[in-house]
Amino acid sequence: MSTARFWAWRLFCVALGAAALLGASAAVSWLRAAGWLDDYTYRVLMLCGINILLAVSLNLINGITGQFSIGHAGFQGVGAYASAALTVFVLAPWLGQRGWQGSTLADTLLLVAAIVFGGITAGIAGLVVGIPSLRLRGDYLAIATLGFGEIIRVSILNIEQVGGARGFSGIPLVTTFLGLYVMVVLLLALSRNLLVSSQGLAFLAVRDDEIAAEAVGVNTTRIKVIAFVLGATFAGVAGALYAHFDGYLNPDNFRLDQSIIILTMVVLGGQGSVTGSVLSAVLLTAVLEWLRFLPTITLGGRAFTPSELRMVFFSVMLILLMLWRPKGLLGQREFGWHVLRQYWRLLKS
Amino acid sequence: MEPILIVQNCTMRFGGLTAVRGFHLQLQPQELVGLIGPNGAGKTTVFNLLTGVYRPVEGRILFDGHDITGWKPHAIAQLGIARTFQNIRLFGTLTVLQNVKAGARLHMRTGLWHAAWRTRSMLMEEQEVEAEAWRLLREMGLEDAAHYRAQDLPYGEQRRLEIARALAMHPKLLLLDEPAAGMNPQETADLMELIRRLRDEYALTILLIEHDMKVVMGICERVIVLDYGEEIAQGTPQEIRTNPRVIEAYLGEAPV
Ligand SMILES: Nc1ncnc2c1ncn2[C@@H]1O[C@H](COP(=O)(O)OP(=O)(O)OP(=O)(O)O)[C@@H](O)[C@H]1O
Ligand SMILES: [Mg+2]
Repeated sequence: MSTARFWAWRLFCVALGAAALLGASAAVSWLRAAGWLDDYTYRVLMLCGINILLAVSLNLINGITGQFSIGHAGFQGVGAYASAALTVFVLAPWLGQRGWQGSTLADTLLLVAAIVFGGITAGIAGLVVGIPSLRLRGDYLAIATLGFGEIIRVSILNIEQVGGARGFSGIPLVTTFLGLYVMVVLLLALSRNLLVSSQGLAFLAVRDDEIAAEAVGVNTTRIKVIAFVLGATFAGVAGALYAHFDGYLNPDNFRLDQSIIILTMVVLGGQGSVTGSVLSAVLLTAVLEWLRFLPTITLGGRAFTPSELRMVFFSVMLILLMLWRPKGLLGQREFGWHVLRQYWRLLKS
Repeated sequence: MEPILIVQNCTMRFGGLTAVRGFHLQLQPQELVGLIGPNGAGKTTVFNLLTGVYRPVEGRILFDGHDITGWKPHAIAQLGIARTFQNIRLFGTLTVLQNVKAGARLHMRTGLWHAAWRTRSMLMEEQEVEAEAWRLLREMGLEDAAHYRAQDLPYGEQRRLEIARALAMHPKLLLLDEPAAGMNPQETADLMELIRRLRDEYALTILLIEHDMKVVMGICERVIVLDYGEEIAQGTPQEIRTNPRVIEAYLGEAPV
């Protein structure tokens, strides 16, 4: 491949991606301005993006590298609180002193700083948790990450500066559709690039057989730590984007339930399938929102609130789905052009 | 000539059981040596010591000028020792082609960072790896199965795929743990031919564990016999065949 052809193709791909993202973002703003996209639907659209980030990043750890982490909400929480603390206590006052707050440029600066800082802090947390626990067998990692998630939540509860149990409010609302989906596309591109390369096979090799992976020269500890840190980083990015979208954080957002919901997305999509994680993140976000509209039902003299019913329905649905497709929606397969091509061939013949 | 592998006085214990005791071994470059012995004699344990799966409680292992005693398995693999497993260990959910690439990954110059951003140097190297993987698959008669998942292959092909994956690593020393196990006579004959050819073609040193005496006697230049973790005899296939201690160790086992 010649240098010119390589750069032409690379430029084409990046330009195409940028055009698609900018186009989608412009379309969304236009639809909102025209009143065709209400705030609620927009919120669901944004939550979809955040959940895609969480599911795909956990899939890197659990699905692709075969580790079992159940503390993903903890990393999301680290990114969310750390980035919010940065923007609220440091950057916003600094911009305010100079009278720069409120401009598009200032908001963009806040968003970029939040994403980078949220990602780095969560990534460091991932390193600190990962290095000791990834040497251990799978179930120990599950316990360690579970404990980590709780430690994070309890620590936040006790930090008065970020609101403790009352929650952290007044976070600047700087997350944009464009900023969020740029990160989604970046994570998807990185995951896909790793999966289709020979070097990236090291992750899958660790999942399939650690002894054989070592025997072909894979430093399994290093690979696990890399997957873990990368996954934690993007969970932190998701947290930062969430914090600056909602403007309010509460330690309860990062409880074990949230980790379990993310885990469910990965399992439901098919462990190891990136497109499966995307599909189930979107599906579950929509379903969880839709279930908010359940009525209060009275059974045997006790009234069940919508939020209680929501979790019951959610669980029943999961059980049915897992009975129907135990390996998840897509199994370990990916959805892509090759699938469409196969269907096309099938149709023709 | 300098030996490529020197094992000095290695001992391995599991709790109270001494699986290997005071084991010595020297392999010359491009030698084809057999390691035999009754079930439970400690043959696989020797492989696990050589590849760093276990650390010997006593003794040293020198490979290619390095003291590799206590090294991690991946570091030893990177230095040039490749192996197959008695109870086949493939990457089951990966395709046959991906399994070979997972072996070839070892000597790639571009790392994960390049893979994540698909740099030009990585794409060029990826083409080389792809071409080499296909060449190996053809050589091992696996090209028709290239896109099957490894776990869906028949047994004999899984064994050959394990060898292909090991060869993709460009090893200096190849350890084969019962490569003919479960093969029919025709497959076994082909395998013997293949092992001989690979040794010559890739200038490999091969250490081979095998229960099938036809294979051992047919291709090995030198045979080492283990019993209860200790070497009881060593010599040419002819010498081994007539050694009274070997015959005794094998009495009640398969006849030599
Ligand atoms: N990880 C282990 N823990 C405890 N004992 C072990 C372990 N690995 C091997 N052994 C014991 O060490 C002895 C030697 O085992 P090894 O697998 O090396 O025998 P082998 O010569 O390869 O036998 P076979 O021909 O059956 O493959 C056996 O008694 C075995 O039970
Ligand atoms: Mg054995």
